[in-house]
Amino acid sequence: MSQTPPATSVSSILEKPPLPSGVVAFVKRDCPTCELVAPILAKLRKELGALDEPVALTVFTQDDPEFPAGSDRVDDTDLTVSWHHEIEAVPTLVRVKDGHEVDRALGWHRGEWEALTGISGLGEGLPELRPGCGSLSVDPSRAPELAIRFSGSKLQARRVEVASLEDEQEAFFDRGWTDGLPIVPPTEGRVLSMLGGTTRSPGEVVAIVPPDLVPCTVEKVAINAVMAGCKPEYLPVILTALEAACTDEFNIHGLLATTMSAGPVLVVNGPIRNRIGMNSGKNVFGQGNRANSTIGRALQLVIRNVGGGRPGEVDRATLGNPGKVGFCFAEDEEGSPWTPLSSSFGHDAGTDTVMLFPGEGPRTLVDQIAREPEPLVQSFAAALRSMLTPKMVLAFDVIVVVSPEHSRIFREAGWSREDLLGKLHEATLMNGDDLVRGALGIAEGFPDSIRGKQVPKFKPGGIYLVHAGGGAGLFSAIIPGWANGEMGSAAVCKEIQP
Amino acid sequence: MSILLDPTSERIPAERARPPRLASLEGQTIGLLDIVKGRGDIFLDQLELRLAERGASIKRYSKPTFTKPAPIDLRHEIAETCDAVVEALAD
Repeated sequence: MSQTPPATSVSSILEKPPLPSGVVAFVKRDCPTCELVAPILAKLRKELGALDEPVALTVFTQDDPEFPAGSDRVDDTDLTVSWHHEIEAVPTLVRVKDGHEVDRALGWHRGEWEALTGISGLGEGLPELRPGCGSLSVDPSRAPELAIRFSGSKLQARRVEVASLEDEQEAFFDRGWTDGLPIVPPTEGRVLSMLGGTTRSPGEVVAIVPPDLVPCTVEKVAINAVMAGCKPEYLPVILTALEAACTDEFNIHGLLATTMSAGPVLVVNGPIRNRIGMNSGKNVFGQGNRANSTIGRALQLVIRNVGGGRPGEVDRATLGNPGKVGFCFAEDEEGSPWTPLSSSFGHDAGTDTVMLFPGEGPRTLVDQIAREPEPLVQSFAAALRSMLTPKMVLAFDVIVVVSPEHSRIFREAGWSREDLLGKLHEATLMNGDDLVRGALGIAEGFPDSIRGKQVPKFKPGGIYLVHAGGGAGLFSAIIPGWANGEMGSAAVCKEIQP
Repeated sequence: MSILLDPTSERIPAERARPPRLASLEGQTIGLLDIVKGRGDIFLDQLELRLAERGASIKRYSKPTFTKPAPIDLRHEIAETCDAVVEALAD
């Protein structure tokens, strides 16, 4: 048996190291398929070396420099070569000619190995193919750290050094960088992982964020998304929500600065809801779902930290509402009798969208008796007429969230989204006599000129229908809005880009 | 020690000195900017009377809506035309 050559080491560099010509293998000991092919590699080394024009076989080993015996091993335990050459699985066999990769085979596959090496009769007695294992260079626990080491960080944000005796949470609280809840510390590795959730480059400007009117990059959004507790796959929703928030129509500046209670409410439509595991069912406005709980929070952290919008400063809310920490949920499209909410904004069903609505906390509508649509509409309308104050008309929009047990009544009656909206607008017409100052014993109100007129509670298009909630309970909800239209804020619904 | 990334804009706000206070209102042009909240006009009407009594000439302005910052053209016009401005909040 020939003497095993000593394992050599590759120095850590930022540039892609060239592969040696011939056949190159990537393996690790902690992989049953690699153990299985170890004798084949030894045989290949001999046979390739015995050709008229000998071909070298070089084996890069990821975890144990002594593995596999009988091969020309190169120690790649720091994963430099594996990372740069984007090795995804082990064993991987690569054919290299004149310094260029010309062929690659993943796992053990007799036909592919024989074609790649030109040697036949490999692995007698072994199955035709066996998949390999994940390469250590793409292991989720190591990939971010490797990306920093080998790509050189391209992140621009200032580095904040937190001493080992200092608590990271306290350091962020002390600097005013949290919303009052603990955050996930934004390490470079976590932020790089977060950036993997979008195809946009870290330096791209997403929006000009009020109130300080700061150009906000994808990287800054990613930092705040990490802090909010988001997963990388949520990032496209947050980026789109920020774009929508910073439009003149949505006017996040005014919504932030208002003394009223409202804040941004996010409603997500399209397949992305299920891909990222959003809740549109039981406890839809409540706790317990990571995507629902953190996406809205990430947006609010961007407004706070990048835009400079902090409570008590530009945020002048008298009362605020708990949803200002972050209020995001998904529509239950699968159980809905209607087209999705996003269709009201002209988007095709099946499009990933996020709608931003200037809203406050949800109020429950109770009707456990109605089994026909007309009395249920009257029940909804009675609550809608009193929204904010019964004297307030036309200036505020609303989201009506219809739950499955209520929507079933409209479904069975064959009512479309438009049918229900039409009936709600009709049932919320207000009597001008009740709206004048002093009427109903309420000082608020309009001048006497409104007497004798019928006034709509909501402007045309000012009621948004969303289907959501658990399957049991004859309850729905309204989410009251804030000053609407050009005077204040209009709901904006944007397609989510990857 | 751990290294974390700064989540803020990393901006250092520009600091500008306030202009000197007017020694007198006589002959000065004073802008009155209504942000168009309810009854702001009542407040500004009273202010206009008082300022005029003291020899100031008054120019009235209003924002398109109180929920958005004043447009830059309006801010520029006030800065070019007036010696001082009073912005009225009300409800």
